[in-house]
Amino acid sequence: MSLLLGALTLGFIFSLIALGVLISFRIFAFPDITADGSSTLGAALAAMLLVNNVNPVLATAAGFAGGFLAGAITGILATKCKINGLLAGILVMTGLYSVNLHVMGRSNVSLLGSSTLSTYAERMGIALTHGRNLNVMRWEITPLEASLVAASFLLVVVAGAVMYLFFHTNLGTAMRATGDNSEMVRALGVNDENMIILGLAVSNGFIGLGGAFLAQYQGFADVQMGIGMVVWGLASVIIGEALVGTRQLGLVITGAVMGSVLFRLMVAIALRLGLNPNDLKLVTAVFVFVALVAPKLLKRPNLLKPRPSHA
Amino acid sequence: MLEIRSVSKTFNPGTPNELRALQAVSVGVEDGSFIVIIGTNGSGKSTLLNAVAGSFCVDSGLISVAGKDITSWPEHRRAKLIGRVFQNPFSGTAANMSIAENLALAAFRGRPRRLGWSLRRGLLDTLRDRISELNMGLEDRLKNPIGSLSGGQRQALTLLMATWLRPEVLLLDEHTAALDPKSADQVIALTDTIIKRDTLTTLMVTHSMQQAANLGDRLLMMHRGRIIQDFHGAEKKRIRVNDLLARFEEVRRAELLDQSAADMLRRAYI
Repeated sequence: MSLLLGALTLGFIFSLIALGVLISFRIFAFPDITADGSSTLGAALAAMLLVNNVNPVLATAAGFAGGFLAGAITGILATKCKINGLLAGILVMTGLYSVNLHVMGRSNVSLLGSSTLSTYAERMGIALTHGRNLNVMRWEITPLEASLVAASFLLVVVAGAVMYLFFHTNLGTAMRATGDNSEMVRALGVNDENMIILGLAVSNGFIGLGGAFLAQYQGFADVQMGIGMVVWGLASVIIGEALVGTRQLGLVITGAVMGSVLFRLMVAIALRLGLNPNDLKLVTAVFVFVALVAPKLLKRPNLLKPRPSHA
Repeated sequence: MLEIRSVSKTFNPGTPNELRALQAVSVGVEDGSFIVIIGTNGSGKSTLLNAVAGSFCVDSGLISVAGKDITSWPEHRRAKLIGRVFQNPFSGTAANMSIAENLALAAFRGRPRRLGWSLRRGLLDTLRDRISELNMGLEDRLKNPIGSLSGGQRQALTLLMATWLRPEVLLLDEHTAALDPKSADQVIALTDTIIKRDTLTTLMVTHSMQQAANLGDRLLMMHRGRIIQDFHGAEKKRIRVNDLLARFEEVRRAELLDQSAADMLRRAYI
């Protein structure tokens, strides 16, 4: 049970990263891999501020701001400097590795004993339940676990709603149109380069926020923790699209969250069944590969069916 | 008032593919004038429109709209003054977004986009009214993605979008060339109605001699990056399709003459 709850909490936290990837890859069709660096940056900034007794809300906001800035830099490299989008992301991600080491001063920072959003949530959970275990469908749940699941769920609902509302404003609509048809938005007086810069900034802001939450949940920030974030996020987005389709933004956002949770559950189960944790990233990469290729194979049924012979 | 003063543009200068697309082209366009531009392939007629729209920087010359020198303005800044409809029906609309969202984008052409709700109720009501004027039954499908519509419907909507806020200049770049004849007629009729209703200053490029003869109050004929003919007023009114075809034939013969003269000189002297 606690395995399940842990997976659920992680799934909610990781869905922030999935939402960020959704913005860059799906809304802007921009293969932005800054995420591997910006998630760590969010975690590192939040962790350092928390260790220095800064208010957890402010520290988390700093994680968002750090990611936002990193994304903006990738956007500027890709638009104003005309660097290939993939390369722009690689440059920023690589640079961020050193930045993150400088922020933390060492390769990892423990949050043990610091007051974080996790400890806030736990304290509130204990206050609400008077420290008694909850009984949900005859499962015993400790107030600590319950409060973390509830808090992370709440965060994701807020983040998803903010994203949904934002992309229905005049600015957000112009951003979505930029990803769809940049020629058209220029003809309608939108500076498409600025839209891409701001869009990648918002995307990586979400990812930095996810990193900040992750650090507080797991109790440490590590300079390596961002590796594979893009692929994880993409896996969640793809699962979400398979679940709910791609027609409406609200559904796509919900789908990405569901995909993230489902993905974490599958990972938890696979690990429980004896998957070597070292193989996790390879399995994820293969999963994304299959998910990207399978629809194309299915569209060409003659590849799967035996060809009719003309003899 | 649109003024184009000795504008030149050479693509791929200094290479074997060098193309002198515009050679010191000058046109003064009166307010409310509807100019049709025809020309041979590669004559520079679309390039002229793109120069006005700002798709590229011109090599020399000056372009001004409503008294503002826009020669160095980027494309998106010029869009405040200019409405455009492209040849490709896919270019003017965002396929994955709904009809309403596309029009809402156009309702903010050239204005700063902030955090106001894009599909405001008041706007939606106006949208429905103006779309129903198209008589295409689209007013009940505002939530459908534009990609699900036919090319003709998309061009009609693009036209509506380009003129939603009255532009100082409307640019139409062979906007019916990719449509079937029936849709093309529909879109042309709509074009004429809107231009007359709002007395829009318009530049329209076309391949159709029929459209060139019937529409507009001025006709420019382009060849090899230059304007070779400019019909105004009564002269424009008198023009028939056959006159235009005859004029094109003349241009073609002159071209052949150039060619054969060059060959003769080459034989004689090289």
